[in-house]
Amino acid sequence: MNKEHVPQDQENLNEGKLAKLYYATDEKGHYVKVNSIGWEPETVAMQQAWDVVNDEVKDALELVLSGKASPLLYFLKKNIMTTSLVASYVGSIGFVVRLHCYPFFFNRLSPKMLSKYAYTFRITVEELTDIDRLKKNDR
Amino acid sequence: MTVNFTHKQSAHCESGVISNLLRFHGMEFDEPMVFGIGSGLFFSYMPFIRVNGIPVVGYRTWPGQIFKRFSDRIGIKIVSKKFSSEKTAMLELDKMLDKGQPVGMLTSVFYLSYLPAAYRFHFNAHNIIVYGKENGRYLVSDPVMEYPTEISHEDLVRARFAKGMPEPSGRMYYPVKLPGEYTLEKAIWKGIHQTADHMTRIPMPLVGAKGMKYLAGRLRRWPQRLGDRKAILWLGNVIRMQEEIGTGGAGFRFIHAAFLDDASTKLQNEKLFNLSQQLTKSGDELRNFAYYAGRVCKNRKSDTKTFAELGDMLEACSLREQAIFSELYEVSKSR
Repeated sequence: MNKEHVPQDQENLNEGKLAKLYYATDEKGHYVKVNSIGWEPETVAMQQAWDVVNDEVKDALELVLSGKASPLLYFLKKNIMTTSLVASYVGSIGFVVRLHCYPFFFNRLSPKMLSKYAYTFRITVEELTDIDRLKKNDR
Repeated sequence: MTVNFTHKQSAHCESGVISNLLRFHGMEFDEPMVFGIGSGLFFSYMPFIRVNGIPVVGYRTWPGQIFKRFSDRIGIKIVSKKFSSEKTAMLELDKMLDKGQPVGMLTSVFYLSYLPAAYRFHFNAHNIIVYGKENGRYLVSDPVMEYPTEISHEDLVRARFAKGMPEPSGRMYYPVKLPGEYTLEKAIWKGIHQTADHMTRIPMPLVGAKGMKYLAGRLRRWPQRLGDRKAILWLGNVIRMQEEIGTGGAGFRFIHAAFLDDASTKLQNEKLFNLSQQLTKSGDELRNFAYYAGRVCKNRKSDTKTFAELGDMLEACSLREQAIFSELYEVSKSR
């Protein structure tokens, strides 16, 4: 890639925090370092990955609000985690975490377990259990 | 306690950390040099390992390998420590910083608050250097960032003790025996040789240049096999692995070409420069592939024809790389 061809697409997801380093060639074919603020195909691919995550969060929120799932599912999706990943944070197994995604089991959790979940998602226990708050955020 | 630390931005985190750490200890290695001597370039397609249901595509070796190979070839010794307790891990870090020793460590990207939100997935093998502590915040030299940054105590603890695959377990490392005994020429040839060997001579269809061909064949059938939505997701993943942060563009091909270019001046070998230019061309073709694949992803329409064309492009890259690395193998064999 010639150094003049290093892409500088304004539309990117870097929030102005980051200009990646590229290795590009000069006229003689020797390599120099060039910064790039973004490239469209990469941005598209990344946006697409986030779209999947956001869709899942939205679906989870709907399930929680309709009472079919516990808030745990929403926070799990929001933190891009899987049940087995959450399980390894709280010292449990994936299947149990999956059960806790149902209101029936979630409502019977001990305060200790709740605080473990809350710590994993970096929120307070109130935030974890309060469905009304999620409703408000939804609107 | 702060040490006088020079931060230089690099394309890839692992080679960048090594380069920055060694510069502090008075050994000047540019990032491509580290990447090349550590034989970082590779290709592997592993459909049997899936992350979120998407098969793993890798344009480089396993995390940690560059480190190991490079330190072996340059003859330096690196101490690496793992911790089971968060408290001792942070205490040990503070102790090293008090001694004025910058420390490299393995972290999870998800908890690194200074990165743009879009990059913060659960990727647990990101390398950073912590070189000081000011007002309870740690000074961080993250090789992919332009300037040094800082991070809070809590974020760093979480990043060091993230769960999932692979688990960092608070791993930290620093060189102890410096400078090592080595001849640069030998190390460079060894690096070139191993990369070429792994790219062309592993008798398995999923790795090396052959792996690209295999992926190309599979990719052509994705629309029929998976349907529109999934085929595009999988394709997007290939682009991400190739072009996202830490690759230096075209799935590390440009870094390796920069290494060959550097090596050709250091060893005064015109042949290597020639091969570097060929690899640049191959990298350009890979960028082209990513560009068209990106367009397919953007239109969200997968038809068999475009996927067949993309497969052809990737297969052409595979053939080209097979030729380049075979030649590199021949050149480096007799050294």
